[in-house]
Amino acid sequence: MNDFDYYRATDVDGAVAAAAGPAYTYIGGGTNLIDLWKYDLTHPEKLVDLNGLDALKEITELPDGGLRLGALVTNNATAYHPTVQTRYPLLSRTILAGATPQIRNAATNGGNLLQRTRCYYFYDASSPCNKRVPGSGCPAREGHNRLHAVLGHSESCIATMPSDMCVALAALEAVVRVTGPEGDRHIPFAEFHRLPGDQPERDNTLGADELILSIDLPARGFADHHTYLKLRDRHSYAFALVSVALGYELDEAGKITVARIALGGVAHKPWRVPEAEALLVGELPSEEQFSRAADAILAGAVGFEHNAFKTDLAHRAILRAGAMAQDPSTQRPGAKPSL
Amino acid sequence: MSTPTLPATQAEIGRPRRRIVGEQKVTGRATYAAEYTPDDLLYGYVVNATITRGRITGIDERAARAIAGVVEIIHHLRRPKLGYFDMQYSDMDAPPGSPFRPFYDAEVQFAHQPIALVVAESFEAARYAASLLEVSYEETAFEVGLRDNLHAARDPKKGIDSILKPMPPDDYGDFDAAFTAAEATYEGEFYHRSQHHNPLEMHATTTVYEGDGKLTIYDKTQGTTNSQVYVSSVFGLSMGDVRVIAPFVGGGFGSGLRPQYQLVMSVMAALHLERNVCVQLDRKQMFTFGHRPETLQRLRFGAAADGSLTAVSHEAYAETSRFEDYHEAVVNHAGVLYPVENVHLDYKLVPLDRYTPLDMRAPGGLTGVLAVETTMDQLADRLGMDPLEFRLKNYTERDVSSDKPFSSKELRACYTQAAERFGWHARKPTGEHPRRGNRLVGHGMASGIWDAIMLPAKATARLTTDGKLLIQCALNDCGQGAYTVMSQIAADELGLPFEDVSFEYADSKLDAAPIQGGSFTTGVVGSAVKAACFALKDKIFHLAQILDGFPLGDALLPDVTFTGGNIVLNADPSVRIPFTEIIAFNKGKAIEVSKTNVPNPLKLKQYARNSHAASFVEVEVDAQLGVVYLTRAVTAVAAGRIMNPQTARSQILGGMVWGISMALREETLLDHKLGKFMNTNLAEYHVPVHADIGELDVIFVEEKDDIINELGVKGLGEIGTISMAPAIVNAIFNATGKLITQFPVKLGDL
Repeated sequence: MNDFDYYRATDVDGAVAAAAGPAYTYIGGGTNLIDLWKYDLTHPEKLVDLNGLDALKEITELPDGGLRLGALVTNNATAYHPTVQTRYPLLSRTILAGATPQIRNAATNGGNLLQRTRCYYFYDASSPCNKRVPGSGCPAREGHNRLHAVLGHSESCIATMPSDMCVALAALEAVVRVTGPEGDRHIPFAEFHRLPGDQPERDNTLGADELILSIDLPARGFADHHTYLKLRDRHSYAFALVSVALGYELDEAGKITVARIALGGVAHKPWRVPEAEALLVGELPSEEQFSRAADAILAGAVGFEHNAFKTDLAHRAILRAGAMAQDPSTQRPGAKPSL
Repeated sequence: MSTPTLPATQAEIGRPRRRIVGEQKVTGRATYAAEYTPDDLLYGYVVNATITRGRITGIDERAARAIAGVVEIIHHLRRPKLGYFDMQYSDMDAPPGSPFRPFYDAEVQFAHQPIALVVAESFEAARYAASLLEVSYEETAFEVGLRDNLHAARDPKKGIDSILKPMPPDDYGDFDAAFTAAEATYEGEFYHRSQHHNPLEMHATTTVYEGDGKLTIYDKTQGTTNSQVYVSSVFGLSMGDVRVIAPFVGGGFGSGLRPQYQLVMSVMAALHLERNVCVQLDRKQMFTFGHRPETLQRLRFGAAADGSLTAVSHEAYAETSRFEDYHEAVVNHAGVLYPVENVHLDYKLVPLDRYTPLDMRAPGGLTGVLAVETTMDQLADRLGMDPLEFRLKNYTERDVSSDKPFSSKELRACYTQAAERFGWHARKPTGEHPRRGNRLVGHGMASGIWDAIMLPAKATARLTTDGKLLIQCALNDCGQGAYTVMSQIAADELGLPFEDVSFEYADSKLDAAPIQGGSFTTGVVGSAVKAACFALKDKIFHLAQILDGFPLGDALLPDVTFTGGNIVLNADPSVRIPFTEIIAFNKGKAIEVSKTNVPNPLKLKQYARNSHAASFVEVEVDAQLGVVYLTRAVTAVAAGRIMNPQTARSQILGGMVWGISMALREETLLDHKLGKFMNTNLAEYHVPVHADIGELDVIFVEEKDDIINELGVKGLGEIGTISMAPAIVNAIFNATGKLITQFPVKLGDL
């Protein structure tokens, strides 16, 4: 570990000012950063510690009926917050499907949005990787790609975004509130993460010196009908191979008025296709309708040697998630498939 | 006045007892190899090659040396003198060949080969400087793929390791004719990738440079004697100058059976700098040495209409390195489990540009029996027989492959008791269990077999000046149950309360012990402890006989009982001599005996010696999503006498979890183009978590064995693992009708 400067911020302006200059890194829980550092993948020269920013450690009601999740609230504190549990149980369940209690107790909401991919080649400093060293190549395409994308990948990168929480935030249409030298701005969740294209080194659209202040949830929480279904290689402490965050609302006739479906584990960002969700509106929730939506969501999927199974599995998972959402109380802890 | 009677036998053996060091372990007070802090300790961090095969052409140290705190950089161009002959690098578990020599020359023989050690005042400085060492290479082509190189398969070279891991017997009967004539046949190919041991404690060595050329070494090892002999021989040191200590080992599973490279590097740096040096590997580096070999197996079994197994062909292809011929007994098991008369066996190695594989829990047995027992279920299915009925039909009291009787075999009792506990009668044919919601239900069973091995070992027993017992042996223990069991054996032999026995261990200055592996520690070292205690009794008794006014008359050793710290006359228990009186007579000096227990090979060779087990498993499989849940399992074990039912149960539970891992979780992903393992951390290398483990139940069946050793013990380290994995695969078949033959069975396979 290289020597580095350390600055403990006590207010947001101080944090942003301290971050000016090259090779700085903000640190919240550090659950991913410290790994990357130890693996010799990153070498910050200056660490700006955000843990003194008490203003970002709160969960507060918004005037429009939404909820503001401070960037430095831990994942566990968010998942177990009474308002989150009551009004956004989809988010609570999703967070609890990820990592371990120890990690969730340290990891922050802002940091969760910024975690790097789990691609094996990204994590090995001596392997080529376009995300780590642009232009060096992508051994995952013809190598081990079980964790990798079947949607939205590019010639240069087939990595996936590993977060669970972000899949639910995509379905909830959260907004990421950030600040920086140019002032504050609000980034719709669908625009926060990006597809790799020919710039796989960029995971998201956050500006160089920008700091996440909060994640703002709109009022609509899908508390009555939602599912987070996570499919993985072991029943806890494993990243999703395929996950589905799904929610819908029904009118008095039992027909869907609004639906959201976001997939994790299949792309460089949480995967949503609003046109597919629109197919469900006005329909009774049924396997047939979710199957139509699933076809539309997964259109164009292209798998590789070790992950081609994901497309069919995602289709099945959407059907199951749709069924589980009818009665969310049947859902088991840890996002295991119920019914 | 009541007549004094002999106290009831203490019977420490067979009594459930907690591990004596358990509390130290769970409260963090146990000290592991990397946790010793001698004065002025330096830290070494290993630099691993970034190519898979070739030569080092240059090492630029400037950037690394510029880091504050860096003391020295050691590599093939700057190191102490090392041994020249292959023999010097050999060890108790070395296969035939030329063992890897760390920092010997510029050759790079496998991916992530250790090529340099950066030594610094702090671990952090050493690690950072290591990342800055600039090494240039000349790369050459390599081959790492097993399946791509089957054309290079050849017979293994034979070495002394064949004693513990026998080569397959020659073919017998006429397999081809029997297979052709069989009523029902099954042919299948089974495959699993490499697996790495991944004990929780990573390998580490702290070497204390004692100043007068002597070294005290705290090493992560499964054999202090093994490490001591190895270090002495590699560096040309006198054995007496090298002391290896390892009281706590945070898991081994075989990874500590051979001295690993951090040991060489720690000693190398200590000798070069004449300083104390600690070298600890990180998790990624734990994937840079021995592992369970990737293995491809082809099985062809045939049976008659009445269910008799008539033909067995078992062929295996396993990886090894270019420099050593690691082999394990993969194909030998069907012929011992079942009385089949027509057998063809073949085991071949494929040398590749990879590190040499290494024994990993139930080496060979887990691999081979998984394929055999899965094949047995397929054959049962084709015969329309219940899997248990099929095995009972082929039950044998004699090992047909060696034409010998078993020293003991209670596998039938394992089947019966485990089947009853599990409720096997409720099993339905494949696909016929009622669903539970979206889940299919399956029941599966399998047999397990492992060798009961005997070796010589030495121990010392001492009656201390306060009349208590001290046992000494260099044995060290990767699970920390052995110390408790050894103390129980000693307590019974000398008739002392458990609390009055202490055990000094894990120090190479004590009597030499074999490595701790192969499930043989309790039988081998326990027999030495028992022999030493018996010899001590004899010595105490002879001293007692020359006491002034010896009260025991003309009694001989068989006429007395050692109990409660006294020698008591059987004929009149009121006549007794306290040990303390004998010590006083011995001028207050302790009484000590060392004894080597040497098994009788002529007697042992007349018998097949095996432990057995049977596992019964229930799985649920999500019909829509293919997710597998292990809901419950029962394993019954026949392994001779059970010394301590509490630690024994833990041992079997751990084995069952390991079997779950083999069937459903564990594999190391090798990139064939880059030549290296990719999922080298515990987030992506999956071992089971609590949520993966259903309800587990363990049964020990009564088994009396007068042949194997004085204690009647066969060992438990491997046997709990072996039957679990095939029982799971068979249960999945019972639930789904799908047979998966590449392990582990993963999401997306069903």
